[in-house]
Amino acid sequence: MSDSATTRDTEATRLLLEVTVSRSRRVRDRLATWWMYGSFVVVVIPLGFILFYVVQKGLPELLTRGWFTQDIPAVSRKPGGGMAPAIVGTLVITLGASLMAVPLGILGAIYLHEYGGGGRLSRLIRFMADVMTGVPSIVMGLFIFTVFTLRFGLMGFGGALALACLMLPIVIRSTEEMLRLVPDELRQGSYALGNRKWRTIVTVVLPAALGGIVSGVMLAVARAAGETAPLLFTIGAARKINPSLFDGPNTALSMQIFSNAQTPYAAAQARAWGAALTLVGLVFLLTVVARIVSARFSLKHA
Amino acid sequence: MTPPPDIDLTERPATDAGPPAPPLLTGGRGGRGDQVFRGVALLAGLVVLGVLALIAWSTTKEAWPAFKVAGVSFVTTNDWVPEEKKYGALAFIYGTLLSSLIALVIAVPVSVGIALFATEAAPRRLRKQVVYVMDLLAAVPSVVYGLWGLIVLAPNIRPVYQAIADATNGIPVLGSIFGGEASGKSFMTAGIILAIMMTPIVTSLSREVIATVPRSQREAAYGMGATRWEMIRYSVLPWSRGGITGSVMLGLGRAMGETIAVALVIGSTAQITSHVFFPGDAMAAVIVNQFGEADSLHKSALIGLGVVLFVMTILVNVAARSVITRLDRRTQGA
Repeated sequence: MSDSATTRDTEATRLLLEVTVSRSRRVRDRLATWWMYGSFVVVVIPLGFILFYVVQKGLPELLTRGWFTQDIPAVSRKPGGGMAPAIVGTLVITLGASLMAVPLGILGAIYLHEYGGGGRLSRLIRFMADVMTGVPSIVMGLFIFTVFTLRFGLMGFGGALALACLMLPIVIRSTEEMLRLVPDELRQGSYALGNRKWRTIVTVVLPAALGGIVSGVMLAVARAAGETAPLLFTIGAARKINPSLFDGPNTALSMQIFSNAQTPYAAAQARAWGAALTLVGLVFLLTVVARIVSARFSLKHA
Repeated sequence: MTPPPDIDLTERPATDAGPPAPPLLTGGRGGRGDQVFRGVALLAGLVVLGVLALIAWSTTKEAWPAFKVAGVSFVTTNDWVPEEKKYGALAFIYGTLLSSLIALVIAVPVSVGIALFATEAAPRRLRKQVVYVMDLLAAVPSVVYGLWGLIVLAPNIRPVYQAIADATNGIPVLGSIFGGEASGKSFMTAGIILAIMMTPIVTSLSREVIATVPRSQREAAYGMGATRWEMIRYSVLPWSRGGITGSVMLGLGRAMGETIAVALVIGSTAQITSHVFFPGDAMAAVIVNQFGEADSLHKSALIGLGVVLFVMTILVNVAARSVITRLDRRTQGA
């Protein structure tokens, strides 16, 4: 990466170029600069548009009485009611998925980095984890439908399983990157004090990498909380608060956005925007907290 | 960086002199602890392999009845009439590929532009903000993009489509791509939404690759009197071509598998056409839209679509990862 010295030198060079470089080369340089600035602008505009619409159309819904406390109305074209069941559903399903994927993912990463090293098995697992991050979320939903829902029926737990499958490879790879940043001197110091390898990992390596691991985990959670496709065939539908993962169908914010968006009714579409703002707020909160955690506790490169 | 060596302290090397020395550390609880911990960690790692194998096996098994009925025509014909047990998914495969291709054409120049902006052109203060904006873009759930695409983008962009269509009507090649009666919900709208979703993935990976270009390469180009663009063109891009290719393929895999946003904006009309402003349909979108009211054989066919999608994305991802892995080795000099 270039530092400020290079930037300054570059500016000096540019001034020099102004007088020595031919016109066509200067024009091409200018065009390239426009392209780079333009690309950024081109992306900021839709992002701005989307956030603007979500806030503008969603906020009135959030401010209505009972948005966070009432059940979802049975007739979606009439205004009124709330989104409480979907908020609870998103929270318990995402929490359930995290409880499964996070410990497994961290343990898997420990195997890859602390035990497996460059061995053939760990290379295979690492490669497959990368491939698994690319499996479409709809396929995860179909997978859980075939192995779980067909046997046990629609419930929040099926959705949690599907989300856990999505999160697992993300947690493994981000945790492994963080373990890689822990300096070997820490491990050797621990060995020198007579610690066993497992104690070294649990009491020295993991605490040292904790900030990065937590931040990676939160980004995975944020990604899972916004998913719709894995839930479509696994959790069913519900209009009342269902805090249980195992007792009957459930719902989620993303599901409410999807089903309400497709109706032609103004009240239902407004409900979709409200659910979108709630979901985006939740996901951004997780993302921002993840950034703060990783900035606060980040390991300095050794 | 190498992991610490597995030092075995439970035995001392045998020496010639005297009786064998006692081990430095006795076995007992600690030794078992190591074994158990290693075993548990290994199991956790193996879950990845297990889940992937189980995905392939269980979905193929569920899809088998439909595959048996349709045979090869599943991927070679475009007759999808569940009532007559006809399952030809070619139009959906085409829709998935076309919308992803449109997304690619839009997203790649923009993503590489932003990656270069963030590493080469932006004022230093702004570089962190660029990364931040990309993070936000990646964090927005796909269903929210779909909602915006359906309610805001599709109706408002139709006049623009129609203007382009009217302008190109009758021109040989352009007319058959852009001409005709434009629809708000179309391949193009799906492609645009996918492009917005792909950009942060391609950008962040490209940026990381571009950041590994050695400073000496840049300085050398400047030293020979290159402009910034010539430096990028002859030092940065050749060095990072492999990594950018890999990241683009990862983005492509993501676009092909994207479901909800596409289901909302592509228009749910199975057809194979060169007109990008016409409505179409894509594999993941069909699964979502038809699964609810499907009978058992129809369901099996939809799961079969999932299997085809799974295979396609796996192929793209494996190819992307091999490109990137090869590159990792090169930059680490191993």
